[in-house]
Amino acid sequence: MARTRPEPMQVVKQRRDAALNALVSGVPYIRFLGITFDRRGDELTGVLNFDDKLIGNPFLPAIHGGVTAAFLEVTAIITLSWAHLFERIESGDLAPEDILTDENMRFPKTIDFTIDYLRSGLPRDAYARAYISRAGRRYASVRVEAWQDHHDKLYAQGTGHFLMPQDPKPES
Amino acid sequence: MTDKVKLARQFIQAIPHAKALGLELTHIGQGEAEISMPYNPDLVGDPRTGVIHGGAVSAMLDTCCGAAVMSHPAAPGGTATIDLRIDYMRAATPGQTITTRATCHHITRNVAFVRAVATDDDTDRPVATAAGAFTVEGR
Repeated sequence: MARTRPEPMQVVKQRRDAALNALVSGVPYIRFLGITFDRRGDELTGVLNFDDKLIGNPFLPAIHGGVTAAFLEVTAIITLSWAHLFERIESGDLAPEDILTDENMRFPKTIDFTIDYLRSGLPRDAYARAYISRAGRRYASVRVEAWQDHHDKLYAQGTGHFLMPQDPKPES
Repeated sequence: MTDKVKLARQFIQAIPHAKALGLELTHIGQGEAEISMPYNPDLVGDPRTGVIHGGAVSAMLDTCCGAAVMSHPAAPGGTATIDLRIDYMRAATPGQTITTRATCHHITRNVAFVRAVATDDDTDRPVATAAGAFTVEGR
């Protein structure tokens, strides 16, 4: 009984990157803020690429608190969607090009989101990682942390609750 | 008093990100502020529905709460967000302007407490609400 040969690395990488790109690049607001995602295996890191239009206090200067809130929320939603779809992407059940066109594929909806502002956001890139505390069939609870120069010196953290997209009712 | 209102209005309008979002301060004073944001396709969160991303609503609510704090008679100057909680009640209707109203309902020497509501044309059904704590800073 020979086990099936593992797929070539490039095939795996290309499939995952195409799926992630489809998930992220189709959202106008993510482009507006200049957020991109780094991927290592299934682990995602959100990157807020600094731009002057993200400034909230021009005298300090500092990143707008609302931008930080949005960055954490975007990271939470993409991480949650990614985790939700990962198995279907890996099995070939869901093609990258269908992620944003399929009417049945929806993003989780934010129920509530709370942000702690720990330090002022410096005028440079920021990074965020979301941890899914619990992913139920209907609700999910997510914790997000964001940092700039040192990962152990967070500049903001957040927690949120999300309503998961429901699978379409099976046709009978 | 009116100087402070004028200053707060100038301050909000000088915020690069407020400009990027197209925010317009429509009322400010006595610890209250109102900001509106016209519909903009760049701020859409799901291209299939055309609904504005919750993050853009969060940014509006944060700005509006900060403006309310600065306009409070007992606030000497600037402010920064300590924490902000946002509840999303429903998707904003695509194509409609979103309006946020914030009230600084309590202020101490160090902390200001603020509540805010975001609505679209259907003002009876809020899109989102926010509750936050802000710092009180001297000039």
